[in-house]
Amino acid sequence: MLEIRNLKAEIEGKKILNGINLTVNSGEVHAIMGPNGAGKSTLSSVLAGRADYAVTEGEIMFEGKNLLEMSPEDRAREGVFLAFQYPVEIPGVSTTNFLKTAINETRKYKGLEPMEATDFLKYMREKMELMEMDKSLTSRSLNEGFSGGEKKRNEVFQMAMLEPKLAIMDETDSGLDIDALRLVSNGVNKLRNKDRSFVVITHYQRLLDYIVPDFVHVLYKGRIVKSGDASLAKELEVKGYDWIKAEVEAAQ
Amino acid sequence: MNQEKENEDIIEQVVSQEYKYGFTTDIEMEMAPKGLNEDIVRFISNKKNEPEWMLEWRLKAYRHWLKMEEPDWQNFKYPKPNYQDIIYYAAPKEKKKLNSLDEVDPELLKTFEKLGISLQEQKRLTGVAVDAVFDSVSIATTFKEQLKEKGVIFCSISEAMHEHPDLVKKYIGSVVPYTDNYFAALNSAVFSDGSFVYIPKGVRCPMELSTYFRINAENTGQFERTLIVADDASYVSYLEGCTAPMRDENQLHAAVVELIAMENAEIKYSTVQNWYPGDKEGNGGIYNFVTKRGSCEGANAKISWTQVETGSAITWKYPSCILKGDHSIGEFFSVAVTNNMQVADTGTKMIHIGKHTRSRIVSKGISAGKSHNTYRGLVKVAKKADAARNYTQCDSMLIGDRCGAHTFPYIEINNKTATVEHEASTSKIGEDQIFYCNQRGIGTEEAISLIVNGFCREVLNQLPMEFAVEAQKLLAVSLEGSVG
Ligand SMILES: Nc1ncnc2c1ncn2[C@@H]1O[C@H](COP(=O)(O)OP(=O)(O)OP(=O)(O)O)[C@@H](O)[C@H]1O
Ligand SMILES: [Mg+2]
Repeated sequence: MLEIRNLKAEIEGKKILNGINLTVNSGEVHAIMGPNGAGKSTLSSVLAGRADYAVTEGEIMFEGKNLLEMSPEDRAREGVFLAFQYPVEIPGVSTTNFLKTAINETRKYKGLEPMEATDFLKYMREKMELMEMDKSLTSRSLNEGFSGGEKKRNEVFQMAMLEPKLAIMDETDSGLDIDALRLVSNGVNKLRNKDRSFVVITHYQRLLDYIVPDFVHVLYKGRIVKSGDASLAKELEVKGYDWIKAEVEAAQ
Repeated sequence: MNQEKENEDIIEQVVSQEYKYGFTTDIEMEMAPKGLNEDIVRFISNKKNEPEWMLEWRLKAYRHWLKMEEPDWQNFKYPKPNYQDIIYYAAPKEKKKLNSLDEVDPELLKTFEKLGISLQEQKRLTGVAVDAVFDSVSIATTFKEQLKEKGVIFCSISEAMHEHPDLVKKYIGSVVPYTDNYFAALNSAVFSDGSFVYIPKGVRCPMELSTYFRINAENTGQFERTLIVADDASYVSYLEGCTAPMRDENQLHAAVVELIAMENAEIKYSTVQNWYPGDKEGNGGIYNFVTKRGSCEGANAKISWTQVETGSAITWKYPSCILKGDHSIGEFFSVAVTNNMQVADTGTKMIHIGKHTRSRIVSKGISAGKSHNTYRGLVKVAKKADAARNYTQCDSMLIGDRCGAHTFPYIEINNKTATVEHEASTSKIGEDQIFYCNQRGIGTEEAISLIVNGFCREVLNQLPMEFAVEAQKLLAVSLEGSVG
């Protein structure tokens, strides 16, 4: 599904990703952890195609296609979804209208007719039930005045609507209360299937109790410095990052 | 893949975007000789077989205009038109009076079809009554019969002068006197046609009334005059749309619109303006210098102006409300979009005279290219206007960094009990917002259209359904992709 080889990226001359290697197969869930400023969000932005970051080396293959050659919108249409760490507000545009546009643009890309309004509303209702979403949020302006938790839930709802092949979730659990965390995790688990992969960026083991990952990676100074299974996250929870940092320093 | 470069390319595309309505219609025209003098005023009046009082009024206006000076307080420069080089009257040559649409010159109907307003279709399908003004003369008025049943008068103003002289005589110039300003004086002297509406007491006009204006002939100015009177407890919604073919020279459009709302009456006046904006270097395009004003004469009267201004080289107008009746309400909802070298200096005046009068101003300015977009608004509360309230919200959005947005709010309060609130904001279309849309599969073009439409939502919501859709499309077209 996704193959990242020796990916290096920088912004304004500052090197942030220093040779990332990561392979994600269909149906797998990968958790990425790591201290603040390690480059986790940068990795997700580069995957999504944010222009601010310059990729200086390496490649990213997605379903056999060179992702780096695609525009951000084409990546999305091919099935890459990013749940943002900080979702932006778009005043005056309802989530409903936004998603209708998104879905129809993707359908157009695939040579399909736009979805009929009634079909769309029916589809949206189903997904809202599945994700246990509150109706009022979808008619309000996108993310405008949403609480931190509501924004995150809205991201996951959009993910359910767009049915991506690869979902990257950047700290979707931050700012969620305990109930919302359960709702979001349940939602994600419902979307898990053998054809859909997840890259879950998080600081907390707690989320991984609900969404059990197949692999856990530690990102530090722009590199993946340690990988393991779900137990690695538990170890980090207890021991913190210092021992890993020490390992890295020693190796240098 | 360089997003900025791509955005620049898109800007280039927009800048080179052609004006979709830039075609001319080949039909025989009858024209006055170029220039302006008393004889021309007489010529126009005579052509229209006007009553003597009308000619007298025109001549007074003309003589007053001669004494006036062209204003120069605005926030832009323009080459002053040579008023002796303009043709003040142009009309399709017609042998006989038209009784039905079938008798209209087919070329003319084709033009309207290209404009997307087939009168035939309108007639059959939409339930919108159309009074189409082609250059200077009203061509066809549909739905007259249906309106007649309700006692609604909807006809050209020339016709009204003959059929309803008392009404015209009483109200013309009552809200915008010919002494008001330079262009209003000029219009009063030479106006060629326009629409007249009268809604009798207690009548809710059964359909939206609509006028489409189009400037076709070369070197013609268009000086239409619209007069709408809503008698006690009546209601009317009026729509105005406009387009013009491409010309290298600038053409002057100096219209006057007067609205009169009596006690408990309500007038909604909506404009979607798409005059030719000129080319990307700023050659050609319409000078849209219009005086629009409404008077809430009686208690609880309400006047709402809604405008979506996307065209014209220069748009210079301030649709205003005089709130005389106690508890009367004035509203102004505006979207002004400027691109390339376009200029807009627009806003409103809310004059509070009656007690407990309220006004609301929502202005959304969007500037792209090297354009300049100015909001200029006056809120005035007279001495006796106890407990008057105004709320003004003025938002500007910049696309790219070569354009400008300016806000000039003037506030004159002569009564301590007034409440006046003003909120203003300026924002740039955010890269973050665009990227967010991109990440959901929405391309940059579509994203801008979505964001801009969202930005204008409050105003677009004021438009009648079919107009709102049209306006959204226009916004998308006039701004396509312009991000910097
Ligand atoms: N636009 C930018 N300009 C300059 N530096 C940047 C920019 N974006 C990111 N960085 C820097 O890159 C480094 C990695 O940032 P990134 O947001 O990827 O970290 P992160 O691992 O997601 O951290 P967190 O856990 O706090 O979210 C940080 O040092 C950050 O300051
Ligand atoms: Mg981060």
